[in-house]
Amino acid sequence: MLRIDRRLIAHIEWPLLFLALIVTSVGLVTILSATHHSERLLSPYVIRQASFLGLALVVMVLAIGVDYRSLNRYAYALYAAAVVALLMVPLIGVSGGGARRWLNLGPFGLQPSEFMKVALIVALAHQLHRAAGERRLPLRSLIIPGVLTAVPAALILKQPDLGSAIALAMGAFTLLVIAGLPMRLLVIVALIIGPLLPYGWHHLKPYQQRRLTSFVDPEADPLGSGYHVLQSQIAIGSGQLHGKGYLRGTQNKLNFLPEQHTDFIFSVYAEEWGFVGAALLLVLYLALILRGAYIASRARDNLGALLAAGLTGTIFWQMAINIAMTSGVVPVVGITLPFLSYGGSSMLALFAAIGLLMNVSMRRYTF
Amino acid sequence: MFGTHESSPLVRRRVALGSAVAVIGVLLLALRLWDLQVIRGEQMAGLSENNRVRLRRVPATRGRVVDRVGKVLIDSQASFDAVLVPEDARDLPSTVEMLAQFLHQSAGETQAILDRAAGRPPFQEVLVKRNLDFDEVAALETHQLELPGVSLRITPSRNYPYGPTLAHVLGYVGEVTQDELDRDRRYRPGDVIGKAGLEKSWERYLRGEHGGQQVEVDALGRELRVLDEEEALPGDTLVLSIDLELQQAAEAALGEEAGAIVALDPRNGDVLAMVSRPAFDPNQFTGGIKPELWRQLTQHERHPLNARATQGQYPPGSTFKIIMATAALQEGIVNPFTRIHCSGHLPFGNHDFRCWKKGGHGSMNVHDALVNSCDVFFYQVGQRLGIDTIARYARAFGLGAPTGIEIGTERGGVIPDSAWKKRVFKQPWFAGETLSAAIGQGYVTATPLQMAEAAATIATGRRFKPRLVQRVEAIDGSLVKAVDPEAVMTLPVRQTALKQVQEALADVVAHGTGKRAALPDVAVAGKTGTSQVVTLGKERIPAAKLKWSQRDHAWFVAYAPADDPAIAIATLVEHAAGGGGGAVAAPITKQVLQTFFRLREERAPQRYAQN
Repeated sequence: MLRIDRRLIAHIEWPLLFLALIVTSVGLVTILSATHHSERLLSPYVIRQASFLGLALVVMVLAIGVDYRSLNRYAYALYAAAVVALLMVPLIGVSGGGARRWLNLGPFGLQPSEFMKVALIVALAHQLHRAAGERRLPLRSLIIPGVLTAVPAALILKQPDLGSAIALAMGAFTLLVIAGLPMRLLVIVALIIGPLLPYGWHHLKPYQQRRLTSFVDPEADPLGSGYHVLQSQIAIGSGQLHGKGYLRGTQNKLNFLPEQHTDFIFSVYAEEWGFVGAALLLVLYLALILRGAYIASRARDNLGALLAAGLTGTIFWQMAINIAMTSGVVPVVGITLPFLSYGGSSMLALFAAIGLLMNVSMRRYTF
Repeated sequence: MFGTHESSPLVRRRVALGSAVAVIGVLLLALRLWDLQVIRGEQMAGLSENNRVRLRRVPATRGRVVDRVGKVLIDSQASFDAVLVPEDARDLPSTVEMLAQFLHQSAGETQAILDRAAGRPPFQEVLVKRNLDFDEVAALETHQLELPGVSLRITPSRNYPYGPTLAHVLGYVGEVTQDELDRDRRYRPGDVIGKAGLEKSWERYLRGEHGGQQVEVDALGRELRVLDEEEALPGDTLVLSIDLELQQAAEAALGEEAGAIVALDPRNGDVLAMVSRPAFDPNQFTGGIKPELWRQLTQHERHPLNARATQGQYPPGSTFKIIMATAALQEGIVNPFTRIHCSGHLPFGNHDFRCWKKGGHGSMNVHDALVNSCDVFFYQVGQRLGIDTIARYARAFGLGAPTGIEIGTERGGVIPDSAWKKRVFKQPWFAGETLSAAIGQGYVTATPLQMAEAAATIATGRRFKPRLVQRVEAIDGSLVKAVDPEAVMTLPVRQTALKQVQEALADVVAHGTGKRAALPDVAVAGKTGTSQVVTLGKERIPAAKLKWSQRDHAWFVAYAPADDPAIAIATLVEHAAGGGGGAVAAPITKQVLQTFFRLREERAPQRYAQN
């Protein structure tokens, strides 16, 4: 029920909102640099991203408005809607860059995988909040969450969009750990698989390795992506301590970077603002994530805690994987940087998540 | 839900744990950035200054093609290509002009190549000319300092050691077109792709996988060192069923004539030889065919690019009587003793259908009618069978539809029936047309490959899909794909009927129209055919008096040994000057058969005996 409570207004979650807005503003400024080629002051990308932000704030307010405990009733409906949208992508979706990821809604393209990330966390929190308790989760309680995660992950992988599938899975995984996944299980699996992975990989012949990578991501261009990572590393590194200055990134301006305004926006930012700017951005992200964790640990019930932790975890992993990818630590998987990368669906989903986090935070004091 | 106002302790502990992971993760990222931006920052800034890293494609060596005993039909040789990085050229227009002069291209041609490469990533090389000759290489080498940005690349280029031999089967390669680029994202401009024949239809196995190098260059675009390399993986080897020696013998036997020869193993469908003449030299296509050569090939009177064996559709003439005789015996229209009188012609409606033998053959049974190729006998048989039954049998022999051989655009020929006539001409079938069809004229057409398949069918009573590629092997010899013989059809005919036709075909060669294909030590069975191209009045005019394009086609289809067939063959001579099938095509076939049996004796017997 929508109920305007004075106590609610009094406890508006300002720190999280401010952090999200600051990082989004950094994103707008960087998108301008990444897409600024002509004499026009504002690139159309910046204008569109700003209007997405306006829309996203409306979504956020809606996400705050309804008590997350009553929203819980619609968890599966939300999840089902997102899965249906994903299913429609291969049927009536629009392709771009060799993959089908978009649904066409008049003037807008909708990327259902972005909303799936939020819907999955809501569904998992709903599913697990009773079982999560004093004791560790029994193994059989993991079956339904496993299926809930595997279905959309497989659909997204089919598009193909390896990056989004990984972000989705990592967010779900984080939520399971928070809910009480037995640590022993984790350690055992990690101990068995961990050392085998690189060992097995290096014993494969090059063509087998390529077959494996092209199995996971058929659109991957082994030569091109290696080149892009190298150029991205050069961009970041050449920023040195203080950066080349705003709008002065040569790697960016000369088109050495691929997908400057989406996947590789961090390289553009780091080239122009240097280590000082990059470290500052990392601090902002860390603050946002720790604030999310704080909200989770102070939530008034398990449902709120799981919701907050899952959403925060999704944002963290996506951020960490993107920066690790652009700086050449992990392979290129195609993943956007939350709040910074250009994209309407991503913006809407992120602020829906922020709204839910605020929702949990603000209802700590209500009954 | 009163009472607890907070979450479970376990959950809170795990949240704390998660926060610690996040802090550590961010610290690790910061460390990585410190390494890139501060420790290695200066070096990275140097690299970005005039961005000296180039991405270069290392083309894969295309797979080889070998014959059934391992003789190399296609391989790759090193060739020199000229490439240019436009960003490295000091003065692009003058560089283009000089290049054009050294490479014997017009400056416009060179500029057009650059224009096409306009959308590429910066500092990526553009292919200017492939397969330079020695003088061009020398010219570029000596003028290297005046041509900054220009360099030579050694790349594998396609080589066909036997030139025109098997040209239509092997096909040729060329540079990938925009259309092909749009269809398959694997290719990049300048890549080589199969354009015709096996080169095209087996492209997937032959192409291999391209590798790449990240190269650091100096300010003039000269290579300093390779930073990183991804090896190219060579393509797979195709092992054909073709026997090169038999192929060469067949080509020699056909000589300067235009035509086709197809030899199959009737026991498994292996294509042992496939000749289409005149041919072209696929080497001329490697590195781009010169426009004047292309014009010559496409405007030649005898169309050398036409793969006659699989694309040429000819009326089968009297060779079609094999099918007629089989149908007549199986349907009970005649038995071995039924006699029909040939007076040299058969009046039908207001038309007089003539036998090739003016005076007539007299009274004949089906055996004699085949041996002497009597037209009137088969007019009568055809009339009683009706066109739809004839068509049914012709299709059972593999006519009227493509055989499914895996090269290029195969044609299916025409086997007409009443439904076909209605569909194509919007007219009913006329009874007189059945008479033409009965002797393989009129609307009936077939490719030489189809007629070889028909010969194999009558030889064994079964039909296999023609198999050109026996297997695909990886570069290390391991099996990638095996192509098993594929039985398509068992002829729905009684053994006795089959036997009667086979005996007649053996007698055709023993003492009938096909005498000139007889071998001293092996029994050959066959059938001649002479198909008319144009109807010129009442008399058959001697070939020598006709224009080339109006002369008859000469056919001979055969299999041998007659009692245990190991080869089935169809020979077609287009517009034969020396007469019909018995005079022209039979002796050619004999030469091919001779070679086949000589080879069979010379080699380990199991090579051909594999069933």
